[in-house]
Amino acid sequence: MPDLGKYAVEVVSAYGASLLLLALLLGLSLRRGQRARAELAKAEAEAADHG
Amino acid sequence: MSIWSYANPVKFLALSIRVQPFLWTAALICLATGLIWGFFATPDDFRQGSTVKIIYLHVPAALMAINAWFMMLITSLIWLVRRHHVSALAAKAAAPVGLVMTLIALITGAIWGQPMWGTWWEWDPRLTSFLILFLFYLGYMALWEAIEDPDTAADLTSVLCLVGSVFAVLSRYAVQFWNQGLHQGTSIPVTTGARTVSDVFFVPLLICMIGFGLLFAALVLYRTGTEIRLRRIRALRARMERTL
Repeated sequence: MPDLGKYAVEVVSAYGASLLLLALLLGLSLRRGQRARAELAKAEAEAADHG
Repeated sequence: MSIWSYANPVKFLALSIRVQPFLWTAALICLATGLIWGFFATPDDFRQGSTVKIIYLHVPAALMAINAWFMMLITSLIWLVRRHHVSALAAKAAAPVGLVMTLIALITGAIWGQPMWGTWWEWDPRLTSFLILFLFYLGYMALWEAIEDPDTAADLTSVLCLVGSVFAVLSRYAVQFWNQGLHQGTSIPVTTGARTVSDVFFVPLLICMIGFGLLFAALVLYRTGTEIRLRRIRALRARMERTL
């Protein structure tokens, strides 16, 4: 860890908040994508059953 | 082959799936390199102290916040003129990414501003135009969710995107338009090339900017794929309901 001096709280909180937001965006995007893939597979199977 | 062939969702998805692994890998490498370099291996600035390290997040996020809106503007125009569904869905997919980039720029700017300017917030032209851009992102996403018919939603959100572009331009050039306020001018002017940032800070910053750009592209491609699949699900369900 580098010596951040008297601004350590500001620098660490800026990095923490930004990385948390990016992780949330990534996580939510991946979860939504996986759900859509699963739902599409199900819908296509149902459509095939209907002919 | 014409670029318009990728307006076909199947072709777009096939290309997107091929390109994404490279984009994700390059984004990860650039972001890890730039952020680790910037955080651990750059010196403090003689005036800003260690808060200069916030630049590696703030500048790339602000850059992408504005560029995301311009990407949405282009895809919205394509939708309005050529009625390609993929372009409307790409704009929809990009909005949450742009929103997060704007939020990161606002938060890191406030955290930096407190010790440097002595205030978290100032109604400065650039800060205010960025806050308005953030509200436009929220409004754009809310409008997509509020309208049931996807084509009507795409039409209305495209018009909102055109209006919001004024604020995206203002966010970019606010410092030049109004020569007042606390926010400094751009440190890396693309047109003149007369940057005021020393190489020791500029090289990791450039890597971070490329990394944020690649991450944006990877996320938008992935999320557009999701939107295309959700649209296909709606179409299949509607077809089944009609045949029942």
